[in-house]
Amino acid sequence: MNDMTPNAIAKTDLFSRFDPLIQQRQSLLDTGVTDPFSLVMEKVLSPTTAICSGRETILLGTYNYMGMTFDPDVIAAGKRALDEFGAGTTGSRVLNGTYAGHRAVEDALKEFYAMDHAMVFSTGYQANLGIISTIAGKGDYIVLDIDSHASIWDGCKMGDAEVVPFKHNDIEAMEKRLKRIPAGAGKLVILEGVYSMLGDIAPLREMIRVAKENGAMVLVDEAHSLGFIGPNGRGVAEDQGVLDEVDFVIGTFSKSVGTVGGFCVSNHPKFEILRLVCRPYVFTASLPPSVVATAATSIRKLMHAGEKRAHLWENSRTLHKALRDLGFPLGTSEPQSAIIAVIMPDLERGAMMWEALLREGLYVNLARPPATPAGMTLLRCSLCAEHTAEQVQVIIGMFERAGRAMGII
Amino acid sequence: MDRAATAEKIAQQIEPFNKKGVAITEETSFAGDLEWDSLTVMDFVAAIEDEFDIIISMNQQAEIETYGQLIDAVTKLQG
Repeated sequence: MNDMTPNAIAKTDLFSRFDPLIQQRQSLLDTGVTDPFSLVMEKVLSPTTAICSGRETILLGTYNYMGMTFDPDVIAAGKRALDEFGAGTTGSRVLNGTYAGHRAVEDALKEFYAMDHAMVFSTGYQANLGIISTIAGKGDYIVLDIDSHASIWDGCKMGDAEVVPFKHNDIEAMEKRLKRIPAGAGKLVILEGVYSMLGDIAPLREMIRVAKENGAMVLVDEAHSLGFIGPNGRGVAEDQGVLDEVDFVIGTFSKSVGTVGGFCVSNHPKFEILRLVCRPYVFTASLPPSVVATAATSIRKLMHAGEKRAHLWENSRTLHKALRDLGFPLGTSEPQSAIIAVIMPDLERGAMMWEALLREGLYVNLARPPATPAGMTLLRCSLCAEHTAEQVQVIIGMFERAGRAMGII
Repeated sequence: MDRAATAEKIAQQIEPFNKKGVAITEETSFAGDLEWDSLTVMDFVAAIEDEFDIIISMNQQAEIETYGQLIDAVTKLQG
């Protein structure tokens, strides 16, 4: 016998690693501010308005750029699919989970991008996770922007390639690293069209040229540009005339398309083999029939949405100029996308400003480290093509009143 | 370049990043003693990479916790 009874064994609480975050959160809530990360939308009235805490609120932080969530054709397609194909597929794409609708949405994507192949994932996160971890393997090098989205980093972490980050949008830093990669190693450069925290775009034309000169394949995440940027809404690469140089475009249905899901489109002749080897594609249930039906309808409508795109640009320019004129520090000196990031002095004042805006009847995203670059706290605004010019003026008035009351401007 | 020469060059590179003036030994830890955030780490790694014309991938960085380990890794990476 020894005295090592269960009670004597020292227990380590695995949750102790979260203590700093628990404390930070508690001290923020102790200031009396509303918890910015547990807002509930009790009723959603339109792509741009909802009822939050019993009051009508203008939505300015949804990524619902093209306002497709309540499009009548999109809703009708979803209802029809729900009736005809049921609530879910209960299966993987490679087994019982590919319905006519999954093929139809992949066909819509191929047409939208004028590319040979399209592969739909259950979320945008899984699209990055799956494609990146599968195509770059042991001995290969991934060269990526330091401000890449979490799904890109997680895709890198899940795979076996060597991961080499470079300073945000720094063409020279990227080139130096590409040139130092040992001869013979496979190279994948990962870029984003729009970086979602500050709403700035990448100099894709130059970066893709340098990547190609150094023998790298190129993957571009166009999550925040799909449907809006470029003559046909194909994204920043299209806008800069280099889409045909991109090997893999990653995108999502959860922003401009207005539902949920992710995809990769490509002209690579061997692309289809990924359906058998990409684990986040194989080992998960496929999207419900109603979701792929709404996505396909929405994507086809986005092919002919030139006027909505023009109105969204107008909204972005108007809000950006007004906030800048009011004296708010912004993430970009000129509007480059439908995201306008308002830089807050610190998390506490950012949370106070967020709450003041909510009391005015305006919802924006509060973004804070580690999601943000350089430890910044941001109030991130994303505009919608369905915001009217009058709503944008109302939004500007709300920012002015809240900003003055909180001493931000 | 041998280990001593490499160490001397790294010592020059680390100086502008050592804002708190920590006395650096082979055992000094980047996260613990220097308390660098991820951006400082990236800038410092980039400076070392450019100085020695090497790549220190994130996979390799994960293995480097102390100043001495960095000198070893850079000495090795120069081949």
